[in-house]
Amino acid sequence: MHSPISPIVARPRDPTTPRDLRLDLFRGVALWLIFLDHIPSNLVSWITIRNYGFSDATEIFIFISGYTAAFVYGKVMVERGFVISSARILRRAWQIYVAHIFLFAIYLAEISYVARSFDNPLFAEEMNILDFLKQPDITIIQALLLKFKPVNMDVLPLYIILMMMFPPILWLLLRNATLALAVSAGVYAVALMFGMNLPAYPEGDWFFNPFAWQLLFVFGAWCALGGADRLTMVLSSRATLAIATAYLLVAFYIALSWHLPAVMSPRVTQWLEDVIYPIDKTNLDALRFAHFLALATVTVWFIPRTWPPLNSRWLHPAILCGQHSLEIFCLGVFLAFAGHFAMVEISGALWMQVLISVVGILTMIAAAALIAWYKRADERRAGGVSGGARQKPANADLAGGEA
Amino acid sequence: MRTICTAALAATFWLVLAGAQAALTGACAIPDYLVTSEYQLKRVALAAEKRKSLRIAVVGTGSSILAGPDGPGSAYPARLEAALRKRLPGIEIKVVTLVRTRLTALDLARSMRRVVEDEKPDLVIWQTGTIDAIRRIDQEEFKIALDRGVERLQKAGTDVILMNMQYSPRTESMIAVGPYSDTMRVVAQQRSVPLFDRLGIMRYWSDHGAFDLYAAGRDNVLAHRVHDCIGRAIARLIVESGRLQQIESRAIK
Repeated sequence: MHSPISPIVARPRDPTTPRDLRLDLFRGVALWLIFLDHIPSNLVSWITIRNYGFSDATEIFIFISGYTAAFVYGKVMVERGFVISSARILRRAWQIYVAHIFLFAIYLAEISYVARSFDNPLFAEEMNILDFLKQPDITIIQALLLKFKPVNMDVLPLYIILMMMFPPILWLLLRNATLALAVSAGVYAVALMFGMNLPAYPEGDWFFNPFAWQLLFVFGAWCALGGADRLTMVLSSRATLAIATAYLLVAFYIALSWHLPAVMSPRVTQWLEDVIYPIDKTNLDALRFAHFLALATVTVWFIPRTWPPLNSRWLHPAILCGQHSLEIFCLGVFLAFAGHFAMVEISGALWMQVLISVVGILTMIAAAALIAWYKRADERRAGGVSGGARQKPANADLAGGEA
Repeated sequence: MRTICTAALAATFWLVLAGAQAALTGACAIPDYLVTSEYQLKRVALAAEKRKSLRIAVVGTGSSILAGPDGPGSAYPARLEAALRKRLPGIEIKVVTLVRTRLTALDLARSMRRVVEDEKPDLVIWQTGTIDAIRRIDQEEFKIALDRGVERLQKAGTDVILMNMQYSPRTESMIAVGPYSDTMRVVAQQRSVPLFDRLGIMRYWSDHGAFDLYAAGRDNVLAHRVHDCIGRAIARLIVESGRLQQIESRAIK
């Protein structure tokens, strides 16, 4: 590979290597789980992984986003240099920002509807949520600045910040991957030690501390740029598998005690409270990170890259969703709003919860299929017009799925 | 024709009334697991046994009051007072309401010393968390505020009951109360104080059709009935946690 920066240590996979479909599969599944978790009082969300351990779908989403960002833009940086690849990364950040503001508009519509229609004196206090509506000048500007973030709208701002700071990280990753990972871990440690975070409106800090969560994103990128290959020795050892499994089981037992306190003696509960709680989501608690690592270890052990079902019809819907993650994520947030609305206006019964969950996921699949069809049609047209003389559009977002 | 109409109307009216009556007696039913009294209210027990009086202060925010001219008498603090008087005759019961709207747990925690000095309560029912959830206060800060408030009360020798948020299905997608109620449960356990799980209880009522908490319109009757049931449920928690059943059974005899 002739490249202006000629990476020595880290080297993105050969461009002819097909994309690792496991990434798309698990990101697609993570998007479904995030959707289910975002519908309040949804009994179907009992199946999601947050109830069975420390980490949840957010970790999967951020890790895979880091992995694919490095996979797609690393290639661009090697082939076309720092400026072009950075420009592409920042364009992606801009797309995510626009998507976030679109979701915020939907939130405003929902909350405005509630303000007009809801007048139950029992919930006068809860109506204080509408205070934000009384100062649209401040609220909207704070939202544009990514400081005011309604419930369930914290992931995209995190993603935007991670993408904005990605060009220098990617540059370093391509030169000295280990050093880049060390810097990332250092930032994580310093942020935890000194309580570094970005400010939020009306008060407090970001729900997902970018200084902490960047570790997972950079770790994903590191894995994409040869790190995973270097971990092969560790990952293929039976001891690692045993440790990871044991950790998952302990985490499962502890998570079980949240829902069924009877399974644990009060002494152990007390000890857990003193020693390990709270398992902090804001700052990506080390226990959560470790839980994700254990989950990933066990997953890659049992599902190799060449796992035949990856090409089967049955897993195709999830893979499709994972390949268009930004659109499907936004759709999921919207569907969660809409689903809750249906539960309030029609019925909150169990059959309705199941129906909303199933219809929601089917809608996500249909949308992903539609987006894929558009992209295929565009590519075919681009190829047809130039009569094959032009190469396939070198858009990183389209090269085998998006970042 | 007219008689049939009148009769039908009367029958309907009677049915509605009977239904409402059944709802009133049955609606407040709460399973035992939602009212747990593993932590004892020692000061309450002492005051009831020795002094034959009980002074309770409700410290909280907007969801501890009801608007309108009949609001103060219908809100749960007044209903709690009535329920306790009924259950514990011979004991002088006084419930004062110290409500200030739109305050966070931290704001309320700061006022606890004044509450103790001014009101000298045997028991403080601390209702909080809703404003913190609306403003998305950091969990760690919320926990520290709760801890400080409870500590202040306990140091002054006052018993404490923590009371979490209401179950409000319509605002569920806008206000994430779950993590805040978890934190309140943890603090209650660490400080060994009873938690009145208003969230769980109201959700139980909603799930079992006792109340239609999805109702959007201006329905004062619903609000009054829910508050009456909450008042009675707290009375039950106080009697059980204060081990006052003896006084109660003496009264019945």
